[in-house]
Amino acid sequence: MSNCWVIIKRELGAYFSTPLAYVFIVIFLALSGALTFFMGAFFERGQADLASFFSFHPWLYLFLIPAVSMRLWAEERKTGTVELLLTLPTPTWVVVIGKYLAAWVFIGIALVLTFPLWITVNFLGTPDNGVIVASYLGSLVMAGGYLAIGSCLSAVTKNQVIAFILTAVVCFLFLMSGVELVQSFFQGWAPSFVLEALASMSFLTHFNTIIRGVIDLRDVVFFGSIIGVFLYFNAAVIDLTKGS
Amino acid sequence: MTTGDTMISIDGLTKDFGPLRAVDNISFDVKKGEVLGFLGPNGAGKSTTMKMVTGYLLITNGKASVCGFDVENHALEAKTKIGYLPEGAPLYGDMTTISFLNFIAEIRRLSGDTKQKQVAYAIDKLQLQPVINRPIDTLSKGFKRRVGFAQAILHDPEVLILDEPTDGLDPNQKHQVRQLISEMAVDKAIIISTHILEEVEAVCTRAVIIAEGKIVFDDTPAKLKEQSSTGNLDDVFRRLTLVN
Repeated sequence: MSNCWVIIKRELGAYFSTPLAYVFIVIFLALSGALTFFMGAFFERGQADLASFFSFHPWLYLFLIPAVSMRLWAEERKTGTVELLLTLPTPTWVVVIGKYLAAWVFIGIALVLTFPLWITVNFLGTPDNGVIVASYLGSLVMAGGYLAIGSCLSAVTKNQVIAFILTAVVCFLFLMSGVELVQSFFQGWAPSFVLEALASMSFLTHFNTIIRGVIDLRDVVFFGSIIGVFLYFNAAVIDLTKGS
Repeated sequence: MTTGDTMISIDGLTKDFGPLRAVDNISFDVKKGEVLGFLGPNGAGKSTTMKMVTGYLLITNGKASVCGFDVENHALEAKTKIGYLPEGAPLYGDMTTISFLNFIAEIRRLSGDTKQKQVAYAIDKLQLQPVINRPIDTLSKGFKRRVGFAQAILHDPEVLILDEPTDGLDPNQKHQVRQLISEMAVDKAIIISTHILEEVEAVCTRAVIIAEGKIVFDDTPAKLKEQSSTGNLDDVFRRLTLVN
């Protein structure tokens, strides 16, 4: 396990030694702020909560998370460092989890830096801080789901742009699987249990229950399994594609 | 272990990439104190063989073991015994030389005094002092290759596998690296791959030539030279690798 920590340290160092981290954090804060105040009508709603902030997260993550995850493995494959990494005495899954956790911690840092909004809403009124904490956790867990998908797809290719687009598309399908747009594609020919299964895979549905302040075990298990399954495939993809 | 012990044992090693047989039933042993020069035209299967021994590529058929550890069934133990310089010396360009070497040392579970001593030893041996605080991306090709070499000898491995260690170095640096290889050969088993025939004469105690995945010559460099009427290694090399 100590190797996992060594990898997390190196990866986090890599984020902050390049402009990537700063550009990402600034854009995340600017966009989430702008969406909250302008599109979310934070003031006009006249309610002391952060619903207008959190409700945009699924959309914000849709293109910001692939931007972080695309480099995770595609870059290692492109530069050949994956060969160095996988011939060191550490199992593949430790490397997969280490790189994943580092990216997740990084997103967590960006999320924590939105705290001025929390202060603002507490200054203006008396919000239910329990709901806000639940929403922050929900947002982090959902980001973890996107990130696991992105990490897995990043291992599929040496090309970061392809990794970005694939991840955005797959995340979009997961996000929207409960919505008419995707459901109507299956309606008419797929049996109803398939439709229900698809609807239950929707990130949006699970996230929306969390930001209402309800931490349901099912939602946590859902995101947990998404992360587990995609990281498992991630390690499998690396073993399959190395050397090619 | 005393001189003469078998450190690397390769038995019937075969690698298929789809319908293409890259390495075809190769067998040889390398003993402690030996420097084995692995020769062959581009695409003959040198790197593929090395990648199988270091545990990067899966083995299609046959066996390889390092210090008695099977590289597939006891991959982690085998990997701790090996120092490996992959082809082209891939490195993390965003890290500085010193942080990169510390990272490799930590993954190899060196800590405290041992870690500092070994990192200092590698820096000293490869004369990296002038660049320890520079990002690897900004280094010249020669320095990059030496950082890759330093990384391979950090943990004082019993087995060294070096894929074209002198590629891209100037004549002085080549001389230096060859001296280092000869120096370290005393208590290690070393495999180096190279195109440069004079290098085999200079550092190797044994030459193995492969062509199209098969061994076509396995003896001392002196014997290789005897095979030529003109005493020119290039002629022998061409005859051995082209006729097939």
